[in-house]
Amino acid sequence: MDVETKIEEIRMPLLGDKAPDFEAQTSQGTLRLEDFKGSWLVIFSHPADFTPVCTTEFMAFAQLYDEFHKRNCELLGLSVDSVPSHIAWARNIEEKTGVKIPFPIIADGNKEVAKKYGMLHPGESKTETVRATFLIDPEGTLRLILYYPLTTGRNMQEILRCIDALQTSDKYNVATPANWKKGDKVVVPAPIDQESAEARVKEGYECVDWYLCKKELKEE
Amino acid sequence: MPCILPDGNITDSAKRILSAARDNSIEEISGEANLPLFRVRSSIRELLDANLIDEKDGRYSTTEEGKNKL
Repeated sequence: MDVETKIEEIRMPLLGDKAPDFEAQTSQGTLRLEDFKGSWLVIFSHPADFTPVCTTEFMAFAQLYDEFHKRNCELLGLSVDSVPSHIAWARNIEEKTGVKIPFPIIADGNKEVAKKYGMLHPGESKTETVRATFLIDPEGTLRLILYYPLTTGRNMQEILRCIDALQTSDKYNVATPANWKKGDKVVVPAPIDQESAEARVKEGYECVDWYLCKKELKEE
Repeated sequence: MPCILPDGNITDSAKRILSAARDNSIEEISGEANLPLFRVRSSIRELLDANLIDEKDGRYSTTEEGKNKL
């Protein structure tokens, strides 16, 4: 008996890559990645409409929608369900909880976008997308990727914190330490040579040693 | 949320875009129509295909056909 093994090789996107282009049907019409140019964008997949953990996630994203907008960031959901299913689910959430879902949701029935973004993890689910989150900057570069299993709802405050951290790093050429949140001291970039290592200890930074110095940010 | 409904009518958001398209940029239309940029960009693609809007040098104006939809 002939056994045909179909191997589909898909390279998962990595940090620093250009985000894969797409054109997709959504609950707010046909959208392309390029439509979001100039904004930060969170693309997040969920396993299925009308499921409990996903519903709590959608409500949490919707409740923080203004916070994302304050950071010039749009939200775009995705699952393999259809547009009518997305519309029905969003209406049901609003009817039952009063929370309106203001962002579009991709109907990725053929899994085209999910494959491009590496949202399908067969070991976790053969048919559904996992809880993947991609943060794309205004130039279309992938800046953050988070994967959560089906059973674990995401922490939207962590996603907001990461947006703050990346925007702060971009603006001030600094890094952010563990558990950093907006307003905390930031990490000064590591010195590139001995001279700059010696110079930095005189800069008035808060230093553990020459390789770990922090400073206050003077926000513009 | 396509702009043009199966019966040929247009959605409220499409009407807002057509009303705002008076030799304006996408950013200006977004502000005037109070719609996010991504919605304006995708809707304008559809409105261009339907000849309800014209583009010249990155600025958009509603066509006579588009004005008849308002």
